[in-house]
Amino acid sequence: MDSIRKRARELLEKNTVKVVIGYGVGSDNTVRAIFVRRPEGVEELIFDETCVQNLAVYLLKNEIKQIGKLCIIANISALRTILQLASEHQIHEEELLCLSVTPNGELLEFTGFKDIENYISSCNRDLPDKESEMIKKLEKMSVDERWQFWMNHLSRCIKCYACRSACPMCYCTRCQVEYNQPQWITVEATLMGNFEWQITRTMHLAGRCVNCGECARACPEDIPINLLNYKTVLTVKEKYNISAGTNANIDSVMSSFESDDKENFIR
Amino acid sequence: MSDFQPKIVAFVCTWCTYAGADLAGTSRIKYEPNVKIIRFPCTGRIDYMFLIKAFANGADGVIVSGCHPNDCHYVSGNFHARRRWIVFRELVDFLGMDVNRLCFSWVSAAEGAQWAKIVNSFTEEIRQLGPYKAYMELVKKDKNESVF
Amino acid sequence: MNIENKLLKLSSLEGLVLKLNQDGKQVFAPVKKDNIVNFAPVSAFHEMTQDYIVTARSAKFVVFPRVETILEMQFSKDNITLKDKDLSSIPDAVLLGTRPCDAAGFKVLTSIFEGDYIDNIYVTRLKKTTIISISCNNYDAKCFCTSVNVHPGGTAGSDILLTRIDNDNFLAEIVTEKGKEIVNKFDTLFDIAPDVNKDSLVANVPVEFDLSAILGKIYPRFESDIWVEQSLRCIGCGTCAYVCPTCGCFDIQDVSDGHNGQRKRSWDSCGFDLFTLHSSGHNPRNTQSKRWRQRILHKFVYVPEQDNILGCVGCGRCSRACSVDMNLKEHLINLIGELTK
Repeated sequence: MDSIRKRARELLEKNTVKVVIGYGVGSDNTVRAIFVRRPEGVEELIFDETCVQNLAVYLLKNEIKQIGKLCIIANISALRTILQLASEHQIHEEELLCLSVTPNGELLEFTGFKDIENYISSCNRDLPDKESEMIKKLEKMSVDERWQFWMNHLSRCIKCYACRSACPMCYCTRCQVEYNQPQWITVEATLMGNFEWQITRTMHLAGRCVNCGECARACPEDIPINLLNYKTVLTVKEKYNISAGTNANIDSVMSSFESDDKENFIR
Repeated sequence: MSDFQPKIVAFVCTWCTYAGADLAGTSRIKYEPNVKIIRFPCTGRIDYMFLIKAFANGADGVIVSGCHPNDCHYVSGNFHARRRWIVFRELVDFLGMDVNRLCFSWVSAAEGAQWAKIVNSFTEEIRQLGPYKAYMELVKKDKNESVF
Repeated sequence: MNIENKLLKLSSLEGLVLKLNQDGKQVFAPVKKDNIVNFAPVSAFHEMTQDYIVTARSAKFVVFPRVETILEMQFSKDNITLKDKDLSSIPDAVLLGTRPCDAAGFKVLTSIFEGDYIDNIYVTRLKKTTIISISCNNYDAKCFCTSVNVHPGGTAGSDILLTRIDNDNFLAEIVTEKGKEIVNKFDTLFDIAPDVNKDSLVANVPVEFDLSAILGKIYPRFESDIWVEQSLRCIGCGTCAYVCPTCGCFDIQDVSDGHNGQRKRSWDSCGFDLFTLHSSGHNPRNTQSKRWRQRILHKFVYVPEQDNILGCVGCGRCSRACSVDMNLKEHLINLIGELTK
């Protein structure tokens, strides 16, 4: 923690960066994102295992970009997001500086995307245990049981699109659901519209999702929508052997192909 | 359910499967009349939303068909489509949709008989499965007056 | 009318819920499902949970559903037939277990929907809804009702207010004619009220800021940096508006299949950039800070000015639902600090 504060202070004092995006203490013993712009503010910075929010969601926000060069204190999710965003040409190396802390408390400062790639390749990128088990459980159910499971959950959806706002990979300035000629997906929160929206969201994130779980954390109705994304993460890994957020220079999974992609259902 | 006539929508590419279906016609090959064919320039253009919307509008089964690998008129449209279908099919299966109601196939312009065979066998499969009641429930709920 | 006091036994509530249902009324009460408490239709009292501070979502959906068809259209070859919503199709409803803040929230919604335009659908729904609130005997760190002049035992907005006396008994305050109707109809369930000190039975929610330090003083700080400062971490998801008991903004969509169509009204939020986007491409509230400012100003400046009622009831739902910890109470205290600088 001290090493992060010390480095952040140096960066701000030397004017190397204009703002440090990191974690601070939130209300009722929670953790929240903070934006430190003055050297004395670094004392508020914290970093531990409770710092789960994927701060990379702020990197593409106009008001934050306007402040100037950014420094981000990134957890594994955020680092993977940065690589994925880089592969989609949304951020550039010179725009930001990345700090992180290893599980044994060592401060990391990345000199470039290559550096992040090297670090990520040694990190655990598996899905969280709880969610992996849940996916297995769902896969064992009958089709009807799965359908009931999702209908029960999706009937609660109020179409606030918090899942979209919280997702660092959902950065389109205009989302598909906001076009109304034709209106593919109902604006109002109806069960079919909710179902179609989740299919759309998941398909658009297929091969891009870095399994940070922000979507489910943001959902005010606690719908486990992250399971849908995690399922596609598994599919993409199994079928194409690609994990999002591991390489700053890969083609998007869904807009590239191999001539020998394997399937067993085409007649 | 013997009098149940499935409604089947087929999304096909114009260069291969559509021409194949045309060949089936000009060759006077008889096949099940349950299928409604919608022609696209390429399978790469067939958005997953088309499939979902077909079910929403009462389809009991959906066929998606295009050129064999390496035969695409636009070189790689069918390869892109295949990538999408693999992920899509796994996803909707995970969501509890009945993937037996989705049929993907490669039918070339020379395979009129193959097209008839696929339509016939798929129609029979859907006839056995019966109408897609689960999805129709979903649609009905959508039409409800007010949603609390 | 004068408030009349009665005694309602816990055991009688069982009968009350049954009889209300038999009477053709749809009863909504807090129900715990997957560990979240929300209002849901109940047919028996035991389905209702007692273990909640406030529900996750507010109760506004009963009078302002998240989706509502307000107009139907039929297209024929040379004619279009329009059909207004049939107001008689709106069912009688009873809301049981709302908190005094929820009840007070209906007053704010009413000031919006009965402002310069009278929204008959809302008016009818509210008229057909009886609100039976239960005073709070507990609160959490996100609650700040007393700071915005709402009391955990306040009767405003309720038709009947129940206050728990002990494990088996409630004090029932009959606030309105609508509440009296229920009591008259099921009079065997109600007894003579005991002499109790209500204030000692409800939660003592501390006043955390001085409202007068905000009212009438925010507008001059329209261009202040504080709005940017406070909203940097906001991700603009709009969840706060969806759970808020007083947010009344909506979107209108026409849905049609070429033969039949509906005009639907659904919830919307000023937190979305699309909310104010003009067709020219110009957006007067093009940044999150401007949208955050709008949210605060709407609740604490515009509604009070126009309708002489505060737009926030201090239920704290927005702060609980927020995934990035935009804590409204904290922001208001912080705002007062800025105003008094």
